[in-house]
Amino acid sequence: MRFIDEFRNSTVAQRVAVRIQEKKTRPVNLMEVCGTHTVAIFKHGIRQFLPEKVNMLSGPGCPVCVTPNADIDKAIALAQNAEVILTTFGDMMKVPGSYSSLHQVKAAGADIRVVYSVLDALRIAENNPHKSVVFFGVGFETTAPTTASAILEAERLGIDNFFFLSVHKLIPPAMRALLDSNEVHIDGFICPGHVSAIIGSQPYEFIPREYGIPCVITGFEPLDILQAIDMLLEQISTEEPRVDIQYRRAVRKEGNPIALKYLSTVFEVIDTCWRGIGIIPGSGLKLGQRYKRLDAECTFKIVPGPPKEAAGCRCGDILRGVSRPQECRLFANICTPEHPVGPCMVSTEGTCSAWYLYGEESRALSPPGEP
Amino acid sequence: MPKARIILGHGSGGKLSHDLIKSLFMPPFINPILETGDDSAVFPLTHGDKIPRGRQLSKEDIAFTTDSYVVKPIFWPGGDIGRLAVCGTVNDLAMVGAIPLYLSAAFVIEEGLPISSLRRIVTSMKRAAKEARVKIVAGDTKVVERGGADSLFINTTGVGMLSRGVRISGRNAQPGDVIILSGTIGDHGIAVLSAREGLVFSNSFKSDVAPLNHMTRAMLRASHKIHAMRDPTRGGLATTLNEIAQQSKVGIRIIEKQIPIREEVAAACEILGFDPLYVANEGKVVACIAPEDAEKVVQVMRRTHYGHEAAIIGEVLPEPKARVVMKTQVGGTRMVDMLTGDMLPRIC
Repeated sequence: MRFIDEFRNSTVAQRVAVRIQEKKTRPVNLMEVCGTHTVAIFKHGIRQFLPEKVNMLSGPGCPVCVTPNADIDKAIALAQNAEVILTTFGDMMKVPGSYSSLHQVKAAGADIRVVYSVLDALRIAENNPHKSVVFFGVGFETTAPTTASAILEAERLGIDNFFFLSVHKLIPPAMRALLDSNEVHIDGFICPGHVSAIIGSQPYEFIPREYGIPCVITGFEPLDILQAIDMLLEQISTEEPRVDIQYRRAVRKEGNPIALKYLSTVFEVIDTCWRGIGIIPGSGLKLGQRYKRLDAECTFKIVPGPPKEAAGCRCGDILRGVSRPQECRLFANICTPEHPVGPCMVSTEGTCSAWYLYGEESRALSPPGEP
Repeated sequence: MPKARIILGHGSGGKLSHDLIKSLFMPPFINPILETGDDSAVFPLTHGDKIPRGRQLSKEDIAFTTDSYVVKPIFWPGGDIGRLAVCGTVNDLAMVGAIPLYLSAAFVIEEGLPISSLRRIVTSMKRAAKEARVKIVAGDTKVVERGGADSLFINTTGVGMLSRGVRISGRNAQPGDVIILSGTIGDHGIAVLSAREGLVFSNSFKSDVAPLNHMTRAMLRASHKIHAMRDPTRGGLATTLNEIAQQSKVGIRIIEKQIPIREEVAAACEILGFDPLYVANEGKVVACIAPEDAEKVVQVMRRTHYGHEAAIIGEVLPEPKARVVMKTQVGGTRMVDMLTGDMLPRIC
């Protein structure tokens, strides 16, 4: 497949791997912030190309995973309202809240529909004028503009039964929170490619400037990731931290001005709670004054029970890069993709799910490059 | 915790389905024939353990299977629920090495279904049965009120014969075997998906739904060293290979580059975030064959109507037991697990 196969070429991958091997650096911790990177690294077996000195850490960039139980409980409570059709992305269905999951309340009769796009949800609202259709908007800067565009579209079409439960979040404030916590030593960031396609490179500039840590905005194919690791090691060895863009075919320095305009038109930035991290200042998006009437939390009475965490679940630590899945005693034991205890096992972008599905034991099976 | 209920994932053909069968269905029904866990039950036609005095009912063993089809929508590019209902059951018989002979067909019809649609489906079944050389010899019709079913559900049950001594089973894969796949993966799942509302982004997809019994017969004629066969339907190639690895207690290693896939299917999977290894097929067979016969069998398959793109995609290893690993395109190695959850509900 064009534009895919070129980025999975094993000969070129070998060559980049050799370049990484030959870089003279101290042992480093590189964090891939984004869950899609975590999955790509596992799915393509990229760890096998890396020398011992390069340690990859997974960060908080899985939107499903960082949504705290309190917010999932709200969605579940909303779905149980007989007047409401709740729409959401498939990954949210299985995430356990404090007492139940969307999957379970759907099986018990709640009208919950999985959509591929927020515009599908808008269509459901159009086709069900006597129901209130709520979109449970989860995601980072990548998905928030599409939510914003649906809100503007609903306004244009005069659809008045379409509401939003927005738990959209912003990535750079979470990176700052991680660095300020001093819990984990990070030598370089693999910055998310799709988020950056929207926000550009400027929002990461504080990281090299204030913390002296290199950043590379990275694409999602194996060669993208290997090249980005090489670029990070280069910055580390020359001690010239900056924000580089590896994913040039999708990311511009200034980001996507149209998407950014949508965001600022519809949303306002608020402090919000992340699973495992807590309240992060300026890291959430809520509907702004002009669209407050579409905010499901303002329109419907939502009374979930008090949120509680599953005993023993270490998703919080895993999201901060402090622990690895194997260090959780529930992992692969009572917590599996069929019976997930925490969200990191549910989401296709979750760190636990990636470790579980793609495994590490295959590592020793054969050296990379062998046909 | 709320009461445990059936969720769509229980019907995905992946881990949840397996767990449900193992924990709920197997214990009350358990017997040595059911226990094999193959696509069809295989048994001699006798009363109890003894052949009735004076006559042997058959020199051959019987293969027997049943399957219900609930696919949505009921028509899609390259197929329909009728063709699927015939081919699916024919293929389950073919996968144990049997020659499919007779089918029954039971229809659960939702009030309001246009009779012209039903006629189209029945004509399609007739055509598929002719192609597979099976006869539909019994049937049943039920109609339920609107909302009691979704358009149309079909159940088919099939009977086939197999020569004594032919023992093809998911439990028989042996270290050293070569793994052969009869063609491209993911065609059926993506074609059905493209026919569903809102996901039409190309009209070039075509389901692979087809009867495979002529191909498997040719394979069995060419080699006596075929140990295991399966058609990778729901749950895709990955789930089927995991089943074989678990049942045969062997490891399986496949090579991503060698797995045939149509470019447009690969592209659709990239866009939708699906792994084609888990996307359903309805006209493919995966076989484990002794290495000395592998090339010969591939050549035979390539000469059959549905096997032009047959390819060797991997090998059976002694370790890691009950696991499937894959050499990725870029040159790494990773585990390939069974399907978890429900990727595409009601695909067959």
